Amino acid sequence: MIAAAFYLFAAVLIASAVMVVTSRNPVHSVLFLILAFFNAAALFLIAGAEFLAMILVIVYVGAVAVLFLFVVMMLDVDFAALRQGFQRYAPVGGVVGAILLLELLLVFATWRFATDAAGLRLNPTPGDVENTRALGRILYTDYVWLFQLSGLILLVAMIGAIVLTLRGKTTTKRQNVAAQVARSGSVNLRQPPLGAGLGEIGIERPPVEAPKPKQVEHAGGHHGGHGGHH
Amino acid sequence: MDGFLATPVGHLALTVAQAMALLVPLLIGVAYLTWAERKVLGAMQLRKGPNVVGPFGLLQPFADALKMLMKETIIPAGASRALFIMAPMITFMLAMLAWAVIPVNDGWAIADINVGILYLFAISSLGVYGIIIAGWASNSKYAFLGALRSAAQMVSYEVSMGFVIVTVLLCVGSLNLTEIVRAQADMWFIIPLFPMFVIMFISALAETNRAPFDLPEGESELVAGFFVEYSSMSFALFFLGEYANMILMSALITILFLGGWYPPFDIAPFTWIPGPLWFIFKICACLFVFIWVRATFPRYRYDQLMRLGWKVFLPFSLVWLVITAAALKLFGWLPA
Repeated sequence: MIAAAFYLFAAVLIASAVMVVTSRNPVHSVLFLILAFFNAAALFLIAGAEFLAMILVIVYVGAVAVLFLFVVMMLDVDFAALRQGFQRYAPVGGVVGAILLLELLLVFATWRFATDAAGLRLNPTPGDVENTRALGRILYTDYVWLFQLSGLILLVAMIGAIVLTLRGKTTTKRQNVAAQVARSGSVNLRQPPLGAGLGEIGIERPPVEAPKPKQVEHAGGHHGGHGGHH
Repeated sequence: MDGFLATPVGHLALTVAQAMALLVPLLIGVAYLTWAERKVLGAMQLRKGPNVVGPFGLLQPFADALKMLMKETIIPAGASRALFIMAPMITFMLAMLAWAVIPVNDGWAIADINVGILYLFAISSLGVYGIIIAGWASNSKYAFLGALRSAAQMVSYEVSMGFVIVTVLLCVGSLNLTEIVRAQADMWFIIPLFPMFVIMFISALAETNRAPFDLPEGESELVAGFFVEYSSMSFALFFLGEYANMILMSALITILFLGGWYPPFDIAPFTWIPGPLWFIFKICACLFVFIWVRATFPRYRYDQLMRLGWKVFLPFSLVWLVITAAALKLFGWLPA
């Protein structure tokens, strides 16, 4: 049962990864990429890594792929023009691909598993601890410096992106929200009686009830009570 | 009976029955939420609201559904057909999918998984795809602009929502939704974490594209935003998905801050009412505030929306997270 599920998800994963590269429309490519992410998350779930599966969906599908889609949808790329030089560049691409394949083969040929790896692979977390807690223990005790370092690298990248896109104050117009909120006289607060609108207290609209028969106005006398003075 | 339930077919039947027991009331709830919204808005604007179909207009949602079904489905000539049809389905499916992990009472969840809150967060962050695909597949500039606005808005507010969730998780020590509610047996998290509750509520408004953050469908400039080109059932699916998402966000707020199925005080008249009713009542209270906000506030301008998300909520929730962590550590309140 689990094996069948694994082969199903793995097959869809590879198929959608192929579609990412081969599909003609870049938006379809991104959507296939999302499908690939989903299947990878399912594979994580099968391996018992529920935390990683959820984080993969949240970070990659929920944020990164949205931004991909965002950019790809707005770019007006002529893909027919991009395909034109295919004959000329094919040999170079082939050579680069061959070298990469050779390197990968060299790595995998000399790959040796640690002696206790097979046992660990079937039981990624200690039995009594849930997945998230086990990951946290390893990440924040054994690898805390590497973890902090990777965070620092991301921070530097973020600052770099901001510095590259920051324009001087001459081109941007800023709204001073505090000044705007603090200005007086632009908003009038009224307190209409319960179940009545501004119309009933004599502002903007006449009252909605049917016109009463004309009555003799009392000069002075009582104030309020009826509001038909428009 | 027990023997049948142990077989794979029995297990499947049980799961389907559980899902139906949750989804049918949910869909009826969605129908009556649209009715309640029109009634409440009507009352707030000194109108009557729907009052013709059935007593108090109670059959209005079904009349609307019937009208939608009867209408012709139009697919624009320049649209990307498959994606155009898929988009409302994605929106609706995601809105239903998330309910699998919601605990209505102690132990009453279809799937009580360890990483429940992450699952909810993941599903709610996927909601943007229905909108963005609809906007792109319609091949219309209004729909596309609406989709772009929505994508940027939802990604922005997810960040501060993530920090709010992390703050709550610090106080609980578990990602399981049932555990999160159980941690509030003595005190609901709205009391110690009130500023976070406010941020969560406003982010939920932005996340569900509700007023005052309904820019993706801002009718004054974008006609109807991302679903301009949709008609008939495909429009109805968007509509249902949007309202189901509102109920889902209210359920999430109830679980994180309002103590889920727990009564406000653990004394006699309150404990007579069963937990699921408290849960539903709290969701209804949240939904009322959603509608109340719609009747009260004018729509935000786009740059103000972005400013609020990135320059106000993000730094504030980050600082509050650090304060919470420091307080928990200093006073030794960290959960084991």
